Amino acid sequence: MVDKAVNGTGANAGAHGALALRNVWKLYGPGAEQALRPGSAQPAAADLAAKGIITAVRDVSLDVHAGEIFIIMGLSGSGKSTLVRCMTRLIEPTAGQVLFHGQDLLHISERELIEIRRHKMGMVFQHFALLPHLTVLDNVAFPLEIQGMARAKRYEHARRVIELVGLAGRESYFPRELSGGQQQRVGIARSLAVEPEVWFLDEPFSALDPLIRREMQDEFLRLQNMLKKTIVFITHDFDEAIRLADRIAIMKDGVIIQIGTPEDLVTRPADGYVAEFTRDVPRAKVLSVRSIMEPVDGPLIAENQVAAAAKVQDIADEVMRRGTAVAVVDAAGATIGLLTKDAVLAALLGRETRR
Amino acid sequence: MTLALRAARPAARPWTWVWLALGVVTAALMAFATPDSPWLAYPKAWELPLRLWVSDAMKWLVNRFDLGPFTFKELTRGLAWLLDWPLAAARGLLVDGFSFSSDPKAPALLPSLSWLGVTALIAALAWRVAGGRLAAVVGACFVYIAVFGWWPSAMVTLASTAIAVAFGIAGGLALGILGYRRRWFARAMMPVLDLMQTVPVFAYLVPVLFLFGFGSVAAMIATIIYAMPPMVRVTMLALEQVAHETVEFGHMAGCSRRQMTWKVLVPSASAGLMVGVNQVIMLSLNMVIIASMIGAGGLGFDVLDSLKRLDVGKGLEAGIAITLLAIALDRLSQAVALRAPPTHGADPERRRWLIVALAMVVVPTALGGAVPALAAYPEDWTLTTGRLLAQAVEWINVHFFETLEAVKTALIASVLAPIKGILGALPWPAVVAAAALGGYRLGGARLAALAAALVAFIAVTGNWEKAAITVYLVGVSVIVAGAIGLPIGIWAADRPRANRVIQAIIDTLQTLPSFVYLIPVVMLFRVGEFSAIIAVIAFAVAPAIRYVVLGLGQVPPSLIEAARATGCSRGQILRKVRLPLAFPEIMLGLNQTVMMALSMVVITALVGTRDLGQEVYIALAKADTGRGLVSGVCVAFIAIVVDRLVGAWAARRKRELGLGA
Ligand SMILES: Nc1ncnc2c1ncn2[C@@H]1O[C@H](COP(=O)(O)OP(=O)(O)OP(=O)(O)O)[C@@H](O)[C@H]1O
Ligand SMILES: [Mg+2]
Repeated sequence: MVDKAVNGTGANAGAHGALALRNVWKLYGPGAEQALRPGSAQPAAADLAAKGIITAVRDVSLDVHAGEIFIIMGLSGSGKSTLVRCMTRLIEPTAGQVLFHGQDLLHISERELIEIRRHKMGMVFQHFALLPHLTVLDNVAFPLEIQGMARAKRYEHARRVIELVGLAGRESYFPRELSGGQQQRVGIARSLAVEPEVWFLDEPFSALDPLIRREMQDEFLRLQNMLKKTIVFITHDFDEAIRLADRIAIMKDGVIIQIGTPEDLVTRPADGYVAEFTRDVPRAKVLSVRSIMEPVDGPLIAENQVAAAAKVQDIADEVMRRGTAVAVVDAAGATIGLLTKDAVLAALLGRETRR
Repeated sequence: MTLALRAARPAARPWTWVWLALGVVTAALMAFATPDSPWLAYPKAWELPLRLWVSDAMKWLVNRFDLGPFTFKELTRGLAWLLDWPLAAARGLLVDGFSFSSDPKAPALLPSLSWLGVTALIAALAWRVAGGRLAAVVGACFVYIAVFGWWPSAMVTLASTAIAVAFGIAGGLALGILGYRRRWFARAMMPVLDLMQTVPVFAYLVPVLFLFGFGSVAAMIATIIYAMPPMVRVTMLALEQVAHETVEFGHMAGCSRRQMTWKVLVPSASAGLMVGVNQVIMLSLNMVIIASMIGAGGLGFDVLDSLKRLDVGKGLEAGIAITLLAIALDRLSQAVALRAPPTHGADPERRRWLIVALAMVVVPTALGGAVPALAAYPEDWTLTTGRLLAQAVEWINVHFFETLEAVKTALIASVLAPIKGILGALPWPAVVAAAALGGYRLGGARLAALAAALVAFIAVTGNWEKAAITVYLVGVSVIVAGAIGLPIGIWAADRPRANRVIQAIIDTLQTLPSFVYLIPVVMLFRVGEFSAIIAVIAFAVAPAIRYVVLGLGQVPPSLIEAARATGCSRGQILRKVRLPLAFPEIMLGLNQTVMMALSMVVITALVGTRDLGQEVYIALAKADTGRGLVSGVCVAFIAIVVDRLVGAWAARRKRELGLGA
């Protein structure tokens, strides 16, 4: 996977971005088009509001890397749903570019767009959006049917995906006959049936109760470990975000305030808003050993080693048990630092580290 | 809530003065009028000869209009010929059998379906959809029709209704889908739909007659025109209500436009669409009698014919047959709409069921050659209550004629005639002004302009006096229907069991074709305005009750509890909390009652009123397109003005009461 220490907005990110947004705007209201005439200065949010224009997405640029879980999070109404729908062109952005493998989705024909959606994209919806008149099997096979796949073949495919999400035996059930969690499994299976390249999930677990939600998150991680899709995942639940994310984009009032790994957001919040967001996060869960170790040069004599990329939470037990400092090694096996018991304790208690 | 109410008060003051001023001016105009004052009767010289223009345009269309390769008339006749095919097929199946020959007298080589087979099939269908009770009801309706000797007529009606329903659904669905996809089309269609649903049917029977000739196809086309508008509306509504995410899913799956419509939208909206289907069926059956005026035949013709010959018993019996057909089809289609959604594992039975059902029809039909009683219900087994019914009516007339006459005469002299006199004497400019003022007050300048223009149209086209009589008939009927409906509704609203019974009765009353109401009324009160009013009242009571119950039921329980907690008595709660809060909904019910009454008033032209309905009816008899259409449009305009004003009023009350949009 991509090195998480690199900030996502880095200059070279576009080179391996499966999906990229460049200066995307979405305005709602009368005269939205004119408000963004090319060449004129960027309108201030307050001016737009005064004209009765709602700024749902404001000048967003980002890159989603191949194979990563990219999470967009923010409070209700911050523009998350609008942003993903711009990525899939379910909503027509007012301005900007949506690049899918370098091709601008806003300038392709309807035919081409349909082809891309049929074969390269999958989407999971908050309220499942299953078709009530179809069985589980037919629901999952639906996108394949739309592609024009023969019946026997699409059923075979669909059965395989249904098994993958753990619903084998329920093929002939109707959505009404399933629990919320099961319905979302159908939604997930359906979106995976076409083996999409990019997978969009808009608050897929928000409608489920907490226990089921956790179970579904585990399930989701298990699937991703197998399938390695490029994922854009929306949530307003920060716990969910740090559990799942490779990188997180934080949105507020249509603007992306910061993009980074969970650790970045916790250790280097861009502003007070992000800091407030991340305040209650258990730090040991997101901090890596690298960020709290004492850096050292040269060889070090220590009995035990831990990986620099490991999360503090995962090694805490062991360090505390041993009671002595341990050596920190990087991916190549070279010792780069020393991890003390105190540093681990500080992280566990949620205090600022010295570094 | 209280805030909003208080805020609304001060503005009301100047309006009182405006209304008062209008009242004074009106009184003055009436006091100083001579018989030829231009404000009393709209002067003939100022009339717009719209009806002549329309008639001329129609003649031109039919006789002259050339589309190049063929004329317009050829086009319409061609269309009729095309529509005749499915109709002929349905008739062959249900009535005539198939002779496979162009000679109408040729013997049928393939027999029509056996009466027993059809009855069994439809009962089996009811059984499968909703179980034994519905099967019994539906089966009994069909058996009645056979036993009382109405089978052949009923099947003629069923055949044309079935085809009209099929076209109505297909057409409504197509237009509705188009309206859903293209905003501008929906916007353009709305006023047309409004007009189609408010113009009395009689009015477009004339042009249909002109374009398609007399006969069952023309009748079917009129039926389709009449029954389709609700399907269009329901389709647009149902498609718009499909969950947003579902539509988005369809796009993400890469649906083409056609796949989106037929694989995502329509199936997702199917429950809503079934409501439309039910409406198309009911309206088509409602047209049965009227359509027989331009050649539909079947039960409608039987009713009309006996009504003309004053053969009361027979007319009633045929009317009952139509009603039973309507009830059976209504219940069946409603049951299909409400059917429990499918569950897993229910499917395998389906094929077996289909085979059994098919056998039910085919076997008796095939055996019909050997056992004639299976092919057609034997004539000497038929019963008739016609004579009995006629005798019963005669008995009532012999014993109560004097009383009925006395009541009738007294009511006419002391109540009806004065009201009619005042309405007839109102100066037309004052009424136009009142409509404008009311419109302005309730909905602003646009509503004012609309209301004034529509009312003025009635005067300008020279229909003022007839319209006054229509308004009088409707007004009196609606007031009486309301006076009956309100207490019953209030009484029923608190008693769930009584309410269920009343709702069942209302449901049945509303499935009766409007025409059927005329029959007993004419028997008891003869022809005339009084009979018309009674029939309209009987027809309009149902919606009045329904909306009172509905309105009272929608009052938030928390408010009633709060009132109870402050120590209000039952009566106080009703008067001070429930009725005021239910008022907007009750107003909408009133609106509905007016619409029903208007549609019925036109039909009562048959029993000799002198209103707009009569104009339309005469136009039909004389095949005068312009006269019929213009008078019909006047009726529609009355309906539209009432609808818009009452609608705006109810909406404003709702806002003021904080009851949500
Ligand atoms: N069709 C529309 N017309 C006008 N405004 C809209 C429309 N759709 C969204 N908005 C506005 O755009 C803003 C962003 O909405 P969006 O649905 O993207 O938020 P969200 O972050 O997904 O919120 P939630 O967590 O509640 O789903 C909101 O202020 C919303 O009111
Ligand atoms: Mg959202």
